[in-house]
Amino acid sequence: MNGIHDLGGMQDMGPVRHEPNEPVFHAPWEGRAFAMNLAAGAWRKWNIDAGRHQIELIPPAEYLRMSYYEKWTVRLIDLLIKSGLVSRAEIDSGRPAPGSAKATPPLTADKVPGVLASGALASRKLPVASRFEVGRRVRARNIHPTGHTRLPRYARGKVGVIHLDHGVYVFPDTNAHFQGEKPQHVYSVRFAARELWGPDASPRDAVYIDLWDDYLDPA
Amino acid sequence: MAAQPHHHHHDHQDVPSDLTLRVKALESLLVEKGLVDPAALDALIDTYEHKVGPRNGARVVAHAWVNAAYKQRLLADATAAVSELGYSGRQGEHMLVVENTPQVHNLVVCTLCSCYPWSVLGLPPVWYKSAPYRSRAVIDPRGVLREFGLDIPDEVEVRVWDSTAELRYLVLPERPAGTEKLTEEQLAGLVTRNAMVGVAKVTLPPGDRR
Repeated sequence: MNGIHDLGGMQDMGPVRHEPNEPVFHAPWEGRAFAMNLAAGAWRKWNIDAGRHQIELIPPAEYLRMSYYEKWTVRLIDLLIKSGLVSRAEIDSGRPAPGSAKATPPLTADKVPGVLASGALASRKLPVASRFEVGRRVRARNIHPTGHTRLPRYARGKVGVIHLDHGVYVFPDTNAHFQGEKPQHVYSVRFAARELWGPDASPRDAVYIDLWDDYLDPA
Repeated sequence: MAAQPHHHHHDHQDVPSDLTLRVKALESLLVEKGLVDPAALDALIDTYEHKVGPRNGARVVAHAWVNAAYKQRLLADATAAVSELGYSGRQGEHMLVVENTPQVHNLVVCTLCSCYPWSVLGLPPVWYKSAPYRSRAVIDPRGVLREFGLDIPDEVEVRVWDSTAELRYLVLPERPAGTEKLTEEQLAGLVTRNAMVGVAKVTLPPGDRR
């Protein structure tokens, strides 16, 4: 989806403002919103790609206005409703529907260290053939999927060189929409800054982008 | 390609006061429905406020500076080398370490969202997740670095790593001169989060040349 989240290459967003000694959370609600996203994710009703896509669906003006954890809060509510864990009426009233059974949370405090330490692998040990070898010139496809994609607009149509083959990973474009993992190779592709941005860019600089087989053609 | 310095405030993010109430209402609903355990929320917050943060990454960097064999392993298989020091897990499952040298300066960004190596750096700062950084890091990395007080000479190559997949990047900064006598722990104390994202270099505090 050509959404506002695909920010690479825009120039009018103002200076980068960094805060010395920034706290992890700026207010207690940010920590609660962050933690609820992880804890509710433990129901496995959605995956990381669906979670990212839900943030992309926030309307552009809202996306730019909202702070990071406000976006996480909105995304969580949308996912809870879509997945059926919570109804819109329950969100509006703040109360469980009358007569609804109480569930048992899958993530309890004692399980938190183990769950965080083990993480979740996006790689797949599957014998999927790679389409490109390291050193090969490739062109990022000029495609504009209307769903989730991790092919940034600024790379589309541009020619780069395969720098590394990372191995086989879940494909976000299908996984985000619960259409299967479609495992395939992901490569680090080196794009010269001048290929991406034209003759005014530094002749030396480069951007390395991690791209799936389905995003690439031979060049 | 330097962007004109703008002074409007698109990136200023308001925090409406009702967010406290909205998030509290959501939590009590989820707890009442048995969907989340409030003690698990406390544990998650405590982990990222007190246990998992840039000190982890700093220890990785310092260890690589003093141990050439470890540095080799780190650059060849970062996930395994980082977990040797006990750091692994969520948003660090697939790690890559990129090395700064006198010829190459590396910078990490996620233009599409906010991907960041949690297991070694903790949760990302606001600027990393902000529209100004995400938009300009790829088109004007040298301009962005100047805003952080870092002037990269023309003859040095700037490599920007856009974290578009599940690989998570950590920059191995250059060890500053004059640190030969420091212990590994003292070296770790010099390594900042910003240096491991690539928006700063590691420096000795003034008057602290040892």
